[in-house]
Formats: sequence, structure tokens, C-alpha cells
Amino acid sequence: MGYPHPAHPRETPVISRYFGDAEARTLAGWQKRGGYEVLRQALATDPVDVQNVVKDSGLRGRGGAGFPTGVKWSFMKPDGKTHYLTINGDESEPGTFKDREIMRWTPHQLVEGAAIAAHAIYAETAYIYIRGEYTEPIHRVREAVKEAYAAGILGANAMGSGKRVDVHVHKGAGAYICGEETALMNSLEGRRGNPRIKPPFPAVAGLFAQPTTINNVETVSAAQHVLRHGADWYKSLSSPANPKSTGTKLFSVCGNVAKPGNYEVGMGFPMKEFLWDLCGGPPAGRRFKAIIPGGSSVPILTPEECEGAVMDYEGIQAAGSLLGSGGVICFDDSQDMVRQIARLARFYAHESCAQCSQCREGTAWTTRILERIRDGQGTMQDLDTLLEIADNMSGKTICVLSDSCATPVVSGLKKFRHEFEAKIPKNRSSVMIPGFSPAAA
Amino acid sequence: MVTLTIEGREVIVAPGTSLLEAAKTVGVLVPHYCYHPSLPVAGVCRMCLVEVEKFPKLAPACATTVGEGQVVHVHSEKAREARKGVLEFLLINHPLDCPICDQAGECELQDYTFAEGRKDSRYMEPKRFNPMEDFGGDVVYVPNRCILCTRCVRFMDVVAQDPVLCVAERGDRAYIGKFEGQDLTSPWASNVVDLCPVGALLSKDFLNKARAWELDRAASICTGCSQGCNVMVETRDGVVVRIRPRPNAAVNQHFACEVGRMHYRWMNRRDRLEVPMVSDGQGLALATWDAALTAAASEIASAGRVTVLASPALPNEALFLLQRIGAHVGASLVMTVPRGPEAPLPGVTDLALRAERAPNHTGAELLGFTDVSSPMAGLGANDLVIVADAAVASVPAGVRVIVVGTVLDATLAGATIVALPVCNVAEEDGTFTNLRGRVQRFLQAKAPPVQARPTYRVLGALAEALGAGAYPPLAADVFASLAAAVPAFAGLSYRGLGLQGADVTLPAEATT
Ligand SMILES: Cc1cc2nc3c(=O)[nH]c(=O)nc-3n(C[C@H](O)[C@H](O)[C@H](O)COP(=O)(O)O)c2cc1C
Ligand code: SF4
Ligand code: SF4
Ligand code: SF4
Ligand code: FES
Repeated sequence: MGYPHPAHPRETPVISRYFGDAEARTLAGWQKRGGYEVLRQALATDPVDVQNVVKDSGLRGRGGAGFPTGVKWSFMKPDGKTHYLTINGDESEPGTFKDREIMRWTPHQLVEGAAIAAHAIYAETAYIYIRGEYTEPIHRVREAVKEAYAAGILGANAMGSGKRVDVHVHKGAGAYICGEETALMNSLEGRRGNPRIKPPFPAVAGLFAQPTTINNVETVSAAQHVLRHGADWYKSLSSPANPKSTGTKLFSVCGNVAKPGNYEVGMGFPMKEFLWDLCGGPPAGRRFKAIIPGGSSVPILTPEECEGAVMDYEGIQAAGSLLGSGGVICFDDSQDMVRQIARLARFYAHESCAQCSQCREGTAWTTRILERIRDGQGTMQDLDTLLEIADNMSGKTICVLSDSCATPVVSGLKKFRHEFEAKIPKNRSSVMIPGFSPAAA
Repeated sequence: MVTLTIEGREVIVAPGTSLLEAAKTVGVLVPHYCYHPSLPVAGVCRMCLVEVEKFPKLAPACATTVGEGQVVHVHSEKAREARKGVLEFLLINHPLDCPICDQAGECELQDYTFAEGRKDSRYMEPKRFNPMEDFGGDVVYVPNRCILCTRCVRFMDVVAQDPVLCVAERGDRAYIGKFEGQDLTSPWASNVVDLCPVGALLSKDFLNKARAWELDRAASICTGCSQGCNVMVETRDGVVVRIRPRPNAAVNQHFACEVGRMHYRWMNRRDRLEVPMVSDGQGLALATWDAALTAAASEIASAGRVTVLASPALPNEALFLLQRIGAHVGASLVMTVPRGPEAPLPGVTDLALRAERAPNHTGAELLGFTDVSSPMAGLGANDLVIVADAAVASVPAGVRVIVVGTVLDATLAGATIVALPVCNVAEEDGTFTNLRGRVQRFLQAKAPPVQARPTYRVLGALAEALGAGAYPPLAADVFASLAAAVPAFAGLSYRGLGLQGADVTLPAEATT
């Protein structure tokens, strides 16, 4: 049985409780573990009451922005229009692989969460959008949906409630930008996956121009536990020190770390203990050099900055970064930060949807400069240029992909400038264009 | 109504107006690329970012609607810095093509860079290169110059409703592509060339013909069909080199079709009728204007049956004078309207390349001309036909012809007894009445050849020589006489028409 390692005693496995448990994948196994009972109750509950429990629990979106889920749901009013729920399982942020495990091990957890959320927002139809490369998760979720239909859990009369709940699984084609909520809706509609300008916001005109709520896979999975055990229970899972970040969070840990994997801890967990006790610290004989705590689009932290930080929205922000999607990327002292940052930039340059001038051109230019510096062809002027480009790329585009590229560059330059400078040949003031031989001196 | 302040000026506009359009109303231009008033808002170039007080970020003026009491700064430090940033980004991979680019002189990238761009380039890497591509039809794509504003894509998708273009690829590898197996051959495709703010989409027909600053321009009306699209006739050294749409919300918005655009070619015909000619029994011989007019008048006066065969491409002024002449001598008034397939522009209400391929079909009808298929049928010896710029397949034996035209066709040459050279539409002023009864002015764009004279002046003189009234020598005055004499045109004048036109009172059946 395949899960890498058993839960650490200091973890609080709620969503991840059945990771590694193959039986939980099946409908029978899921029901044996109490599955779909909370959906039965939810379907008999007024959507506003469902919204309120989730509001009280303080659950916030786990897709990156951390918007309060109950509040998001309460934007959806019973207005007679067709409502849609879209579940975001695109998960393409480098360093983030938590939703993948939810879908692989507990597809019914997701389907149940989706059905509850759909009911809560007066929707009869939910789309689960899964990143195309996720072949196993797609297969698992499709199987679960099929089983749920066969058992009458989904369909015209869901669990005998008289309510219709339909769930469709949509396979994305593998574009990072399709994780952005409005691009995802375009993609679902069969258009090019470009983010839309807001307003209108999805709650007003989203999928097929109807009121739409979009939630991350982990968010709806968590919401289900909130309903099962109540808002107070959910709040009790996290540190009482910060009532703004409640419950548990799945963190994916990767990079130079002894035990990479997914870890679920209560919000407010000390970061140092997380990295050392749970994840086993850096590989033997190494020291951490840098940590990106929330997927590749948030500022890079130094080990010193992580020292006293706690892992919740406000705690990581206080340390100088963001919780984001919860993808913790570790770099040890063997890593070349210029190379790593250039790789991140290259990812964003590759994935920019190309709508906004700043993003399309800025990500690519940033990458080219970084790669030139990496190859020993940089100038000191380049460092200032990078910062100015980053400034021109931030806060000016339709979505935040452009900002996401600028963020690791700016924080990397701020915190590891010496590594950049070390690669710049002394007294270089001009640049050799690749493919041209330098003039004979 | 919403009241706000833009660049210190108070603006009162309807709710829902964009900041960009609101700024226009007080003469403030917000620089922009992707926005176009006739296309859906995309908000992608991010050039139009403005500072709105109390907003956390700069706002795209094209995609932000006005709010009561807003205070907007278009030229604040922050907004200008952002635009400078966009310009720098757009120029990263943009080639230094201006010296050979057809867009130079009317390029928005060039203009804004000159106005507020950086003076240097910080880009040191090799530039991206993509080969030029023939898009089919009249359009060629130069991807290196493309700024991905998507105007062309949106036009083909939403306005032409013939979605053959798309954005292909992501990141800075993106370019405008054509869907597999499709070409830009829609009868309205060339509008993408006008819409393109840079030199990425170019007209093959115009390629390398002229630079924008060498051109003289005259407001005109397209002669391609009875729609009456407002156009600009652009000339270089007295040669028409391009016809482009001129905005008129009521007729053609910002658009013109391929047929109309190519209709300039005959305006440059070199085989023109250039001097008056009168038959001397052997053939046509050069004559003075006075002699030719006198000869024409006496031939008409002494003829048996007289027919006036006019082109429905003649202006109202000319047709009115022909009608007066016809009435004076009891002639029948006929025309032949060329036809072709109709091609609507689906995204714009009531805009189409019309089946009647003549700009003044309606005007001619209002002035008494009847559409016939064989205008010469039944004519014979002693009959006289005044052929006013009309094409004729053959002339029956014995029929004598007076040509009032721009050219002398071989089919007419043998039968012609007097030839009076007149200006073509690019060479004189006048009006056309479109199929909806909108009377629209066109202005002279170039000089006529040799001794050719404006049609209304030649026909006015002929009418006078026949004793059919005295007519003034200016187009505006001829039109005034027309308006006074023909009830449908009552109350209209050149001044009232302006450059956007006004409607005649159409009899009910003429509107169908
Ligand atoms: C470029 C970009 C990529 C994103 N990718 C994802 C993703 O893969 N999965 C996800 O849940 N949210 C992603 N988001 C965030 C979503 O736009 C959205 O905020 C989220 O799905 C909302 O769900 P939540 O409220 O449950 O967090 C992305 C955002 C951006 C700007
Ligand atoms: S910021 Fe980048 S990814 Fe986002 S919409 Fe603009 S171009 Fe696309
Ligand atoms: S598109 Fe404009 S800036 Fe570019 S080469 Fe042509 S004229 Fe110059
Ligand atoms: S070809 Fe021209 S109109 Fe089309 S996207 Fe490029 S710049 Fe815009
Ligand atoms: S004109 Fe507003 S974003 Fe392009």
C-alpha cells in the first residue's frame, strides 16, 4: 500500500486521514467510514444554514487567495437563475501536490464535498476540473462519480432528497493558467484558457454567464468535515492564537528535505517544527538555504525568517511571505538560487496566457536576463533592470500570474543578491549576444 | 447621469460609460491599443491604465465604468510610468522596422513611444523572429510587429462572425494564427488591416505604395454598392492609392468591404476621355468646350426620340440635370444597375455589400430613372441616346450617341457624335443617396485630367444651351436647385448634410 509514510503524531489528519487506505477509495469503503451521511443531512438543511456553519468555522479558500469560503457561498442567492459550482483541481503551481492526493485516495471525499457545496450555493451542477496530466486522480474521481450515480447519491433525486445534484469531471489540457478561476471557466466553456477581466465576478456572471462559485478541491473537502463536526470543532483544530486562520491545512513539501510529502497540520503550527520534526529537516549534512512556503508564486524566505513563524495565513505573512496554496519548497545550501529562480521564471514565462503585455513580454524578458546571469553573462545593471521590470509587471495585469513571476525574483534578489553578483564577471558593462562571437580584443 | 472628474475636468456621462470614452468627451485621450469602439472590450494590452483616487491599483480605462464622484488622473506620474512600462515591454521583441513598415506615420506604437516611451532600450537579448505569413485575401501578417491586441481576432469572431483567426501559443511565443484550412477571405476581412494598431496586418494591395505622410485625403462615399459606406480617398501625387473606411455610426460604423476598397482602381484609369470631341463625318475630332456643347445641344434638339441612359453611379447633381434635360426634350430616363451577390457584415445591423453595385441607385430612382436590362432595345435610325457614364454592350445601327463620360468605350466610339469629358467621383464634389435614402456628400480628391470638367457643370451648361433652365456652376448650388425642385430632397443642403449625411423622404416602396 502506497502512501509514503504514516501520519506523524503531530499531524492532525482530517482531510488526509484515509490517504494510503485503498479501501476508502471505493463507495463501500467510504460509506463504511461514515461517508455521505453528512451529505444526506446537508441536503435536508437550508442552504443558508449550511453557509452559516461554514462561515462560523472560519474556513478559508485553500486554492491560494484564502478568501472566506462561507462568505463566498453567501454571495449566491436563490434568484431563480441556474447556478454552477466549479471545483478547481487544476493544481499546477510548482511545489503544490495536495489536491492530487485528495483525489487519488479519497475521491468520494471530494465528490461528497462537491455535492454539499453545490447544495449550499443553490446549484444543481458541479464541474470538477482536473489538470490533464493527473491521469490517476482523473480516473479515481471519475470512478467515484460513476459509483455515486449508480447508488443514487448523485442525479435527479440525490439520496432521495428530491434535489438534483450532477457532477461532471472535466480533464484540463495541462495549462497552469487554467487554474485561475476565470480562465478555468473559459476552458470549461471550450474557449482558450484566458483569464477574464473582472467585474463581472463569477458570483454574478461566471460559467456560461451564470452565477458561479469556484472552490479548490481541498476547500470543499474541508467544508464537509466542518458540517459533520461543527464550526467549533473545526476552530479547535487550529491555534487559538489566531482566530482568522482556522482548521487544518494540507502542506505539500518538496525539494531538499529529508521527508518530502503531504502533511496536514492545524493552522498556526510552528514552521520550524514543521520543517524539522515532521519533514525531517534538510538532507543529511546540509543546511536549509531558502524556503518558499506557499507554492512558487510567493516570496522566498530565509531560514532565519522561518525561525519564529507559524503556519497560517497571517503567520506566514508576518514572516514576509504568503500561505498561498501550501506548497512548501525547500532549498538547501547546495542549491544555486540564481538557477532556481531562473527556473521558476521560465515556468511563468512558458505558462503566461499572453493576454497582458506586461506578463507576456515581462516574464520572458525576466527569464532571458536571469538565464544570462546564470550563464555568467550578466551585468550589474541587469539586477536593477530586473527589479524595474518586476515593478512594471506587478499589479497591472488581469490576473496575478505576472505578479507571481515577479515575486520570487524580487525576494530572491533581495535575499540572495550576493549569489547574483557572484555570477557577474567583474567590470562587465556590456553583454555578449548568444550566437555572436565577441569582437577580437 | 454620472458626474466625475477626469484630468481636473468635470465630466457628465451616462452610467455604464467607460472611463476611456468618458475622457474622450472632454478631449482627453487615454492611450490604448486593444480597445476599439466597434469591438467588444478585451482589456488586454494594459496600455490604458489610469489612476483613480481611492482605487488600490491602476484601473484599465477601457474596462472600468464611471462612478459617481470619481477622480481620475490620466497623466499622473504613476499612470505614465505604467504606460512607459507597457511600451518598453511591447518594444522588447518589436523589430526596428519603421523605415520599411507600411504603418509608419500612422502607427500607434510609434506615436505613443514618441510621446511617452523610453529614450533607450534596455533589451540586450536576441529578438524573437517569426516569418511573415500570407493570411489569404488581401492580408499579410508580420508577426514580429504584432502586439497581440486581439483586435483582428475579435473582429473576425464577433463582427464578421467568421472566426478564422485565433491567438496561438502562450507566453511571448504567442502569435495570431489561422484556424487549420481557413483563410482570411471574408468579404470584410480587410478591416483587420485598419483595426491593427501596428504594422502587423498589412494590405498586399497597398504594400510599399506610399508612406502615410505623403498622402492627401478626401472624405468620400464608397461607390462599390448602394450601402454608401463613408470612406476616405487617399491619393499620392494625384493618384488614388487607397480607400479606407471613414466612421459613420449610422451607415458603416468603422468598416468597409473588399469590393469597396478595390473600387479605387478605375479612378486612376489612364485611357480617359480628356478633351471635348465632335464628329466631323470621318470620326471624332477635337473641339472646344463651347463648340462641343453647342453641337450637343443642336443634335439633341433636332433628334427624333431621345433617351437618357445614365449610370446609377452618377451623383444626384448630375442625375438631376439629366432629368431636367430629359424633361425638356421629352426623353425617357433609363439606367442599368449592375448586380452581384449580397454579403452582410453580421455583427453590424444593416451593413452589407449590397446586391445593387451602384452608389446612387436610390437617387436615380427618386430622380425618375428606370432600371432596364437592355437600354438600347427598340432604338433605331434618327434616335439619339445621351450616354452619361454608362457602359453599353452594343449600339443598334443608326442610333446616334452623345457621350457625357469619363471614358469613351470602343462600343460607343463609332456611334458617338459628341463626346463631353467629365470628372470621375474622385475628381468632383457631389452627393449620393444610399439604399436607405441617406444623402451623403463626397469631396474632390484629385485633379481631373486635361479638359475634363465636373459632370454637374457640363450638364448644367448643356441644359442651359437647350433652354432647360439656368444652372449655377457650383455643386452646392446645383444641389440647392435639386432640393428646391424634388420634394423628396426638400430642406436638404450641403451645409445640413455635413460629412455624415441626412435622410430624404423615401416613398414607402423604395425602402424595400
Ligand atoms: C495563475 C493562477 C493559477 C491558479 N491555479 C490554481 C489551481 O491550480 N488550483 C486552485 O485551486 N486555485 C488556483 N488559483 C486560484 C483560483 O483562481 C481561485 O482563487 C481558487 O480556485 C478559489 O478557490 P478557493 O476559494 O477555494 O481557494 C490560481 C490562481 C492564479 C492567478
Ligand atoms: S497576467 Fe498573464 S496570465 Fe494573467 S491574464 Fe494577463 S497575460 Fe494572462
Ligand atoms: S508597427 Fe509601428 S513601431 Fe512597429 S515597425 Fe511598424 S511603424 Fe514602426
Ligand atoms: S495582428 Fe494587429 S490587430 Fe491582430 S493582434 Fe496583432 S497587433 Fe493586434
Ligand atoms: S485599451 Fe484598455 S487594456 Fe487595452
